[in-house]
Amino acid sequence: MRLKLEKRREASVAMLVATPIASVLLTMLIGMVVFDLIGINGTKAVVDIFLSPILATYKWQDVALKAAPLVIIALGLSMGNRAQVWNIGAEGQYVIGALSAAGVGIAFGTSGGFFVVLLMVIAGMIGGGAWAAIPAVLRTRFNVNEILSSLMLTYVALQVLGYLVGGPWKDPNGRNFPATAPLDPSQTLPVWPGSTVHLGVLIAVILPFVFWVIMSRSEFGYQVRVVGSSPTAARHGGFDSKRTIWATLVIGGTMAGLAGALEFTGVLHKVDLGFASGYGFTAIIVAFLGRLNPIGCLVAGIVLAVTYVGGQMAQTSVHIPNSTAGIFQAMMLFFILASDILVRYRVRVIVKGV
Amino acid sequence: MAEPVRLQLTGITKRFPGVLANDQVGFSVKPGEIHALLGENGAGKSTLVKMIYGIMQPDAGEIRWDGQRITVANPKAARKLGVGMVFQHFSLFEAMTVLENIALGMDAKIPARELEAKIVAVMGQYGLKLEPHRIVSTLSVGERQRIEIVRALLLNPKLLIMDEPTSVLTPQEVDQLFVVLRKLAAEGCSILYISHKLHEIKALCDTATILRGGKLVDTCDPKVETSRSMAEKMIGGSLKDIQRGASRSFGVEKLQVRGLNLAAEGPFGTALKDISFAVRAGEIFGIAGVAGNGQNALLLALSGEEPNDNAASVTVDGVAVGRMKARDRRAQGVASVPEERNGHAAVPIFSLADNAILTARDRLGMVRAGLIDPKAARTYAGEVIEAFSVKATGPGASAESLSGGNLQKYIMGREILQKPQVLVVSQPTWGVDAGAAGAIHQALVDLAAEGSAIVVISQDLDELLSLCDTLAVINGGRLSAPMQVAEARIDEIGLLMGGIHGEANHAA
Amino acid sequence: MNWAFIIAEIITVVGLTTPILLAGLGELVVEKSGVLNLGVEGMMLVGAISGFGVTVYTGNPWLGVVGAAVGGALASMLFAVLVLQLNSNQVATGLALTIFGTGISSLLGLGFTGRIVVPFLSVFPASLSKHPVLQVIFGYSPIVYFALIMVPLTTWFLTATRAGLILRAVGENDLSAHSIGYSVVRVRYAAIAFGGAMAGIGGCYFSMVITPMWAEKMTAGRGWIALALVVFAGWRTGRLLAGAYFFGILMALELLAKGVGFSILPSQFWAAMPYAMTVVALSFISSRGTAGANAPACLGKPFLPST
Repeated sequence: MRLKLEKRREASVAMLVATPIASVLLTMLIGMVVFDLIGINGTKAVVDIFLSPILATYKWQDVALKAAPLVIIALGLSMGNRAQVWNIGAEGQYVIGALSAAGVGIAFGTSGGFFVVLLMVIAGMIGGGAWAAIPAVLRTRFNVNEILSSLMLTYVALQVLGYLVGGPWKDPNGRNFPATAPLDPSQTLPVWPGSTVHLGVLIAVILPFVFWVIMSRSEFGYQVRVVGSSPTAARHGGFDSKRTIWATLVIGGTMAGLAGALEFTGVLHKVDLGFASGYGFTAIIVAFLGRLNPIGCLVAGIVLAVTYVGGQMAQTSVHIPNSTAGIFQAMMLFFILASDILVRYRVRVIVKGV
Repeated sequence: MAEPVRLQLTGITKRFPGVLANDQVGFSVKPGEIHALLGENGAGKSTLVKMIYGIMQPDAGEIRWDGQRITVANPKAARKLGVGMVFQHFSLFEAMTVLENIALGMDAKIPARELEAKIVAVMGQYGLKLEPHRIVSTLSVGERQRIEIVRALLLNPKLLIMDEPTSVLTPQEVDQLFVVLRKLAAEGCSILYISHKLHEIKALCDTATILRGGKLVDTCDPKVETSRSMAEKMIGGSLKDIQRGASRSFGVEKLQVRGLNLAAEGPFGTALKDISFAVRAGEIFGIAGVAGNGQNALLLALSGEEPNDNAASVTVDGVAVGRMKARDRRAQGVASVPEERNGHAAVPIFSLADNAILTARDRLGMVRAGLIDPKAARTYAGEVIEAFSVKATGPGASAESLSGGNLQKYIMGREILQKPQVLVVSQPTWGVDAGAAGAIHQALVDLAAEGSAIVVISQDLDELLSLCDTLAVINGGRLSAPMQVAEARIDEIGLLMGGIHGEANHAA
Repeated sequence: MNWAFIIAEIITVVGLTTPILLAGLGELVVEKSGVLNLGVEGMMLVGAISGFGVTVYTGNPWLGVVGAAVGGALASMLFAVLVLQLNSNQVATGLALTIFGTGISSLLGLGFTGRIVVPFLSVFPASLSKHPVLQVIFGYSPIVYFALIMVPLTTWFLTATRAGLILRAVGENDLSAHSIGYSVVRVRYAAIAFGGAMAGIGGCYFSMVITPMWAEKMTAGRGWIALALVVFAGWRTGRLLAGAYFFGILMALELLAKGVGFSILPSQFWAAMPYAMTVVALSFISSRGTAGANAPACLGKPFLPST
């Protein structure tokens, strides 16, 4: 018996939608079995991580808060991936975005209000975009692989963060703890009354639709797709690949910077050494699970946020390590990558001798 | 008792999704025989020899070798039997040396020094010249083919399969190759010679098996047949001539190229050197040449994919466009069709409608305020499909799902229906069946008749001679002086293709 | 400056260099076969925990190293199956392997937190390994010598053996190699497994030699430096060795700065140095355009034969 692949005439839309769902379900199923085998209660782990946050309504706002940065970062990354640009340094751009916002906040002292907050968020976007512009320029001018450069710059960004919060920006009243001073309430994002859900969540809901229009209806989106699918054809069609690569990388950084600024002004209100919590890396999984489709990113961002919240719940309730959620996330990514082939190919099982 | 037969095929059938590539094909080859396998592109020749060489397995039928029924599990098994193959697209490793390339083709483990001695011996025996330590990427096409031949000869083959060996060679190189093949045959080696070039088969082969649409049409003696009779068997029906207006008159010069230079693209590319020519309204200007002599660079330089520093190097209707990029040149009325369909002229995974946007969006107003009008793209793709009878499920079909010929018709149609002032086409009928080729040629002639200037770059000399009004030869990035097709001499063109400039008159 | 200081520094540099040298050599072979495996960091972490785990259970560090190699190779097989059998995107799959390796290593490491092993140090007699001068030659873990031996061995394999020739051919033109009759998939499986084993051994150097205990994410991005090293080296083993030492010196500078306290610049500056210098070095190498000439032509592309 062997498997035979036959190319489909058109990419299967059904498979495009079905495979991410199947990937999540398979992850849950195989997770149960494997975790049981290594002596951890698999059923409990899966239920806690995937279902508890959905069943417990009081956890929904947590899910929304975690989903917002994931979705926003994933939107930028998926646009880049469409152009075959591999920005894996979103974590660093997210950090620089938050630091830029913090810098503006510090510059304004205790004065706040709409324009100051807006300025902080814009500074975050510019900061993230500028950090991503480094690998962008290196790629387009010197042909430096952006995978490596963007990731290296994440490590550099973390040191920048460490230096700033432990040095010049350290809270003078913070008992020598390396962190910025908490934001003045007038410098924080508006919050939905009676909850912790901030304005950034609304932005994270609206942005996927904006990106959807850009990617599927605009000439720029078309350009991104052509450059990613076939640079030679793009040149034939009169599109500038370098400029496209540059633009998608900077847009990716801008989105990560936006997410960092929103997280800072909306949730954490200060920057400390633990500010980078892996959203920039998890967003890569979100982008793929969402099939690089903006609306898909919205849905996938919520799924991943559920596992984040569930992972934390499981850690406290049943002492399943936090890394378990990470393994589930990686498994989802493996399954979605493995099932990619079903979108373009039909798999036939051939039994020998027939 | 019949004569001993080296290779005998009976009822060979191979099916691909949607295509019957070989249908009950059978013939036999004797020792020392040069046997032609004749057919158009897509007739199933390559599939058939791939099964003999073990790259593919037949779905039905049997292969006999020296009378024994065999299955050829893989190319290694084929080589063990004594089957050698020289591929149409060379299976060479660009960044490696000649020696390493040959070593990779040997199944037995031979020390490098011993192998080198053997290679030198074989080369001496057959008059094939090669430098064993050269890197392949620095070699000409003819030299690369020699590597493949030496590699096959080192195995002392009893059957040598040559897949379209002359498609990339100059007429002079072809003659040299034939000397080698005749010598081999005289020594008892059978040769299976795949081609669609009739005069070569008449000159070289003892027997010809003709395939059409995967089926065996005839096995005949090419020395007895005429070229026309074999062509008709190959194409299946009488040849259709191109219809053109009785009196051909040309208008003003629409495309002028003056002293065009272009640096080589990449370490293995060819630079363009001081190219000048002009094409008038209504004229079809052909550019002949062996592959890899700057044809690709020329197309890129004309389409604007490689803009120039010198604006005056290319002018269209009097406007200097040399420094413009592809998009701006298109606005001036320059359309182009590159040689590579999937991945250059079209995005393989995109639908035909999306591919219409690629080159027609500006001229046909498919973009408004930065947003694409998908309906306009679909409508236009539908028009092209209709006008050029493209076989596709519709504008939503992906480009890669179309056969080569149908995609080529679609791409040609996409450019021609935009009514360009200047159209530059490379290899318009490469890998296209005769019916589609005829339709494409007719469309080019019709476009010229409407007053456009057309440049056709092709390696198929027969195509250029029947299609073009004027012809020039490109070699090593230089273009020869143009000549009237009606007055052109084949041997002169051949010498130009081989890089011998202006010596045709002096040659003995 | 005194001799003792210089010798101590040399020993530090050699130690810091070893993991990236091992992982880099493995990745170089993988890339020469035409596959880009970005999962080096993940495989190193799996190697770190499996090497540590085996050492704890058996008490035998030699078996620990074998365990690290097996662990790294097993992890790489996840990647190999997806990429070779299902033609998944190599970049994304490599990233997935790193994310997975990070998660699985911390899960497996739960039972080992707080435990320590005897560091796998020099096996030469103390008269040599602790000798004030000779320790510069004899004072290292066997893993260091293994890494150094692997440099000429890998060079020899790639340039002088038939298997190496075939491996390079597969990376140079997979379709041609296939049409001549070589099994592209099998060659790449072997290369990926080798890369995984080497990354695994590189990883266990952290948990068995540098700090003989397990900590989450203890490889701290060195897997990525190893990847950069391969590009930096232009896919040449000799230059890989030189590059590894260049980065080793940079990392030693960080430790030195922390220890001595070059106080003009903040410690973060020195910590960021190896990563920033990687970017600078890559820019320098890539802009000259010569590095690309030796890059395997099929690197990162899926293999799609038409049968």
